[in-house]
Amino acid sequence: MILAVLTVAGMASAMGLRNAVHCVLALTLGFTGVAALYLQLDAQFVGLAQIMVYVGAVAILIVFVIMMTHRSEPAAPPNFISLWTVGSVVAAAVFAVLAWAICCSAASTQGLPPQPGVTVQQIGDALMHRFLLPLEIMGLLLTAALIGAVVIAMGHKEDMK
Amino acid sequence: MIHLVQLAQQLDQVFVLAKHWLLGYVPAGVQPLCSAVLSVLSVILVFPLLFAIVTWIERKGLGRMQNRYGPNRVGPCGILQPIADGVKSLTKEDIVPITADHAVHFLAPVLLVSASFMDYAVLPIGRNMVIVNLNAGVLFFFAVGSLMELAVFMAGWSSRSKYTLLGAMRAIAQMISYEVPLVLASIVVIMQAGSLSTVAIVNRQATYTGIWPHWFVFTPWGFAGFVLFMIAATAESNRSPFDLPEGESEIIAGYYTEYSGFKFALFFMGEYIGMFATSGMAITLFLGGWSAPLSFLTWIPSYFWFFAKLLTLIAVFIWVRGTLPRLRMDQLMNLAWEFILPMTLLNIITAGVWYYMPTGSIRWFVCSCMVIVPCILLSRGLKQKKRFQVRTYHFTQ
Repeated sequence: MILAVLTVAGMASAMGLRNAVHCVLALTLGFTGVAALYLQLDAQFVGLAQIMVYVGAVAILIVFVIMMTHRSEPAAPPNFISLWTVGSVVAAAVFAVLAWAICCSAASTQGLPPQPGVTVQQIGDALMHRFLLPLEIMGLLLTAALIGAVVIAMGHKEDMK
Repeated sequence: MIHLVQLAQQLDQVFVLAKHWLLGYVPAGVQPLCSAVLSVLSVILVFPLLFAIVTWIERKGLGRMQNRYGPNRVGPCGILQPIADGVKSLTKEDIVPITADHAVHFLAPVLLVSASFMDYAVLPIGRNMVIVNLNAGVLFFFAVGSLMELAVFMAGWSSRSKYTLLGAMRAIAQMISYEVPLVLASIVVIMQAGSLSTVAIVNRQATYTGIWPHWFVFTPWGFAGFVLFMIAATAESNRSPFDLPEGESEIIAGYYTEYSGFKFALFFMGEYIGMFATSGMAITLFLGGWSAPLSFLTWIPSYFWFFAKLLTLIAVFIWVRGTLPRLRMDQLMNLAWEFILPMTLLNIITAGVWYYMPTGSIRWFVCSCMVIVPCILLSRGLKQKKRFQVRTYHFTQ
């Protein structure tokens, strides 16, 4: 419960704060909250991987982007009174749909099945046997992204000469 | 004889037995909480004390390597210098720049120190002496270590100063670049031990053939992995020769320029504690954790061996700091991405080959070749554009 409040507060302030870096730090707090929720559900690997990837890499990446495109003062808040009501109505509708879907799903009506104790070994086995094709495709995708980034950076460097 | 063996075993487990004795005085409902508090308290007491001693060792050691005495005023051989430093940092004025972001400026050292201390939760300091035996212990270690990068960024950015921002960007780039080889170098150990749990990894290494231990560092892939891990660990802790982000002659103090007094002391402590934690992980993964180096020395308590190995690694760190010149930023990044990373990947292949070959001298030969030959070829290939020669200085007459 505390963790859920922390996560929601983090993500909400990530959207609401004025200063961009404060938003990133609040987002990081939200990520950590999600990781703690994973750990509470006994999903050790996912929780720790969430910290390592999201907090350790994605947050730093966002931080780099903000630092590269840094403006000296934070932008003035736009006039968003009319958007407030529409936004909150949409958010409430989405929440209602999700809550209805969860309440009517099999998990809450029939009760939860016994929790599988997932070890890292089982995840590894699944990755290597059942999910091998998605793993290889993801590797290919990441390699393509890496090469793309290097090509863009190299092109930019040649432009500067 | 049996009496001596029992005495040795009790001495080995003396801290565990003391904790159980203390827990006996506490009602049963509160015992898990008290057990956790006692373990954490012992870590918080021991490692800052080690930090204080290491600052003294470092200053004396560096001084002697630079042909001067280290601190020698404050007590015999300057041994009370850490206490003097502590008092100084506590009593200095805490200056925060007026344009700084006060909340983030305050939280950065707190996050750094918390992340550094959380690393010790999975290090087995002795037989049965680990705070928490996680199934994914090694993953926890690296996940929490990546929190330190965020703290460095917070420190550098919140001070709103050119030097700090530049230092923070360089420091994060360096730490991220070297985190990849750090994790890859530890994967070989996980492959061989078959488990991410630090206790299981140490237990795999705590056996002996004859008098020689089964430490992973005594295998070709283990030795290469150890060397690569130590290089990456030096860069992760921003220590010389990778301390460009915080070098005094380059960028004042980099990301902690605007910190004074106790917050600076917290940064200093956080970095050293992180260094000890990474050395502790290197000991756990490669040097056999708490196991003795020779089979007839197992009567010496396990925690003694852990701290002996830790002090040896710290001495190596100090030695490297006093010997090698600082690397420039582009040289540092080139080293990480062009040399260390391919070597770690080749090391993983070597470890796989080792696992599947039959035991004997042939696999030693094959795996040693698989490690040494690419190392030589890669370093020759990367060096071909540069000529290393002794610099001669011509001064005007």
